[in-house]
Amino acid sequence: MKRATATKTKQSKHLPATSEWSFEAIDAYHREIARVAAEFGLDVYPPQIELITAEQMMDAYASVGMPVNYHHWSFGKHFLSTEKSYRRGQMGLAYEIVINSNPCIAYLMEENTLTMQALVIAHAAYGHNSFFKGNYLFRTWTNADAIVDYLIFARHYIAECEERHGEEEVELLLDSCHALMNLGVDRYKRPPKLSLAKEKLRQSERTEYLQSQVNELWRTLPIHDTKPGKAPAQRFPPEPEENLLYFVEKHAPLLEPWQREIVRIVRKVAQYFFPQRQTQVMNEGWACFWHYTLLNHLYDEGLLADSFMLEFLQSHTNVVYQPAYSDRWYNGVNPYALGFAMWQDIKRICENPTAEDRAWFPDIAGSNWRETFDFAMRNFKDESFVAQYLSPKVIRDFRMFAILDDEHEAKLKVSAIHDDTGYRRVREIMSDQYNLGSREPNIQVWNVDLRGDRSLTLRHQQYRQRPLGGNVDEVMKHMARLWGFTVRLETQHEDGSVELVQETRLEKRRGQAEN
Amino acid sequence: MTRIIDRRFDSKKKSAVNRQRFMRRFKQQIRRAVNDAIQDRSIRDLDNGEQISIPSKDLSEPQFQHGRGGIWEQVFSGNDQFSSGDLINRPPSGGGGGRGQGKAGNDGEGEDDFVFHLSREEFLDIFFDDLALPNLIRTQLARVTDYKTQRAGFTADGSPANINIVRSMRGALGRRLALGSPFSARLRELQKELDKVVEADGEDCDESLQLREEIARLRAKIEAIPFIDSFDLRYNNRIKVPKPTTQAVMFCVMDVSGSMDEEKKATAKRFFMLLYLFLNRTYEHIDVVFIRHHTVAKEVDEEEFFHSRESGGTVVSSALKLMHEIIAERYARGSWNVYGAQASDGDNWDNDSPICRELLGSQVLPYCQYFAYIEITPGEPQNLWREYEKLSGGHKNFAMQRIEEPADIYPVFRELFKKTLV
Repeated sequence: MKRATATKTKQSKHLPATSEWSFEAIDAYHREIARVAAEFGLDVYPPQIELITAEQMMDAYASVGMPVNYHHWSFGKHFLSTEKSYRRGQMGLAYEIVINSNPCIAYLMEENTLTMQALVIAHAAYGHNSFFKGNYLFRTWTNADAIVDYLIFARHYIAECEERHGEEEVELLLDSCHALMNLGVDRYKRPPKLSLAKEKLRQSERTEYLQSQVNELWRTLPIHDTKPGKAPAQRFPPEPEENLLYFVEKHAPLLEPWQREIVRIVRKVAQYFFPQRQTQVMNEGWACFWHYTLLNHLYDEGLLADSFMLEFLQSHTNVVYQPAYSDRWYNGVNPYALGFAMWQDIKRICENPTAEDRAWFPDIAGSNWRETFDFAMRNFKDESFVAQYLSPKVIRDFRMFAILDDEHEAKLKVSAIHDDTGYRRVREIMSDQYNLGSREPNIQVWNVDLRGDRSLTLRHQQYRQRPLGGNVDEVMKHMARLWGFTVRLETQHEDGSVELVQETRLEKRRGQAEN
Repeated sequence: MTRIIDRRFDSKKKSAVNRQRFMRRFKQQIRRAVNDAIQDRSIRDLDNGEQISIPSKDLSEPQFQHGRGGIWEQVFSGNDQFSSGDLINRPPSGGGGGRGQGKAGNDGEGEDDFVFHLSREEFLDIFFDDLALPNLIRTQLARVTDYKTQRAGFTADGSPANINIVRSMRGALGRRLALGSPFSARLRELQKELDKVVEADGEDCDESLQLREEIARLRAKIEAIPFIDSFDLRYNNRIKVPKPTTQAVMFCVMDVSGSMDEEKKATAKRFFMLLYLFLNRTYEHIDVVFIRHHTVAKEVDEEEFFHSRESGGTVVSSALKLMHEIIAERYARGSWNVYGAQASDGDNWDNDSPICRELLGSQVLPYCQYFAYIEITPGEPQNLWREYEKLSGGHKNFAMQRIEEPADIYPVFRELFKKTLV
């Protein structure tokens, strides 16, 4: 069957096989890749391919992969470190940066060969692109139509604030916001969509409204103190709040309206990247699977030269290489390798299931792989994807084993390996490794002393007795700067006892010089 | 259908702003790193940028993270020896099997320095940030008043001294020809007519007399055209072009007598190096004159200046004399900014020191923008120092410092070239 199509199209045309790229050649490749992707039924945003230089690539890197962003020293720092390792040749720049926007912007770097450009087109402009468009997390949390506009709005707004209030002041505020960025996301709520027009229209309204709300909350004159007998102590917030930046934006007593808006911008950007942090294995694996599948398909059709395939396969193999734990360059499980292996394996289970697969995956064994893929891509994130689809075969292929490191024990323990008794355990641990909830400490706003000193209490729910890392006091200083009053951090241990970890005192009144 | 956009020629340096902010924010740390780097550099290496490292804890962006401790259970790949239930010794931290990703990032960060590359310009900018030579402001003002006159064609007015005779005469000639041409034409006609008349009727006919009269009148008219008119005068035009004083000469004067050991020379070398660097940034062209002396002074090249060794006594005045001669001979005042830097261990013939003071005060300092003297000695000030001290009050362009060890150089340098506002 394959042979037949190959001979049929062989004489029709061969795509250019030079190593130098040209716009015509890229266009030709892109057309073929788009055609095959459509045959496979990939649903994508219209791709927009942009050619950039290495320096521009580093720029994009530095501003967290976005085409526009506000100015901040930390982006300069990232630029410098990227530049350094690039110059020294320690690191090739990533093949690609792709932006979850509509149209989907994919960057190609001018230094790359034609083969690499084709690889990137297949990987980014079709692989990642379809994932952005399909996966539920991206559909829920991000709005591809508006993100670029929103960032432009953010950049202008912050530049305006810098003009009005001084770069220094804005920078300090951004530092504080960045420190809490990972805790500035809604994990469980559905967010409202971003839109430039809406943002602009409602922004002034919102600032006034917000300010009035805050004032209401902090009203010092007692209103209904007519009833004798004390009302039960009012709790605020009534429920613990997981989104620290949201809480600051809405309730911090002393922030100016423009400061609230900046907190909001950082929060929105953090929220935008939240899905990416949760779908690394799936997303990269998916993109690798598709560049591999699409290009192989083109090769089978006879469109690609052998030299092209050799270069392509070499890069591909490098990307999905998984070193063993004892290798010097071992740095955890490679998400590209794991993701690629898992998607390949799902396809195998669909097409050629073994008895073991039928036992483990009765639902998908022997099913149509395209439908299964679509379902898996749309409805999972790393944590659930691994829990659902990590098969014994992949565990065996990777020779996975789990190590238990309990500080109360003198020695490490191998808790499970790739054998019949260990598969489920390995899978469970692997899944937990990708669970943001356990990867990052769980810290929420617990209480505010409304009638007293206005202090804010954060509570850290300890997970598996892991303490907080070294720079807690730095982050707490940032939190206190935002809140404007004393901030406390408590840790609730697994046995329910509560311990005060840190108290950062700050008494700041409006109009006083900040320091 | 699809769009392929070429962005390669979009504006470059998009992240320049972020880079500047980074530099501004960590100015203190960067400055410290630059100071360290200066200590290690050799003289010829100063035109490059610098690899700067800053302790990364200073510029960390803090986040809440899990710390070490508690219970961690993680999956690794590539099992080659374990079966479940095996107990393993804990690897020494950082090595072997490695720990989880989250933790590795956590541990690794605190230890390494953040290293990045400063361009030459940035490096020097930081190094010289708030330095300026004392007379720099004056020099800069002088730059504007220091003009060079340049020919720029001719003008119709000017001072008599600038009259260009050739041009003026040529103009006058032209004017005379132009004004006289109708008369000349008529004159030629009349002459022809006269010739005819004379041929036909003889010399004395009425007609010829009449013609002669007319010819005479025309001649008179032509002759009445002024030989030269103020209108004809042309003057050489000279315009003043502001001439940037972009050249400086730097005199390095060093004592190479027996008492100056290698270490002291190295210290002196750094001092010269820094001055050179500073001038290099201020002037387009710099001549460096190396004068070494023991009992006699000699102008040498750099190699010999720093590396050959002599012994014997010390007569500092010989060097100052030589410096004065060289200035007079090659660097006449005005177009050259003269800077002097003298390094010595202060050991001099007792009788010579007052001569030095005299020479320096009257023959050298008046020609110099700046003259700095450093005495490299761990002990008491020597006699030359005491003599020079008498000068330092009266001359603003003279400075002196004592240096004990290489580590003192940079502070001394700052002290010497501290910014003086007008």
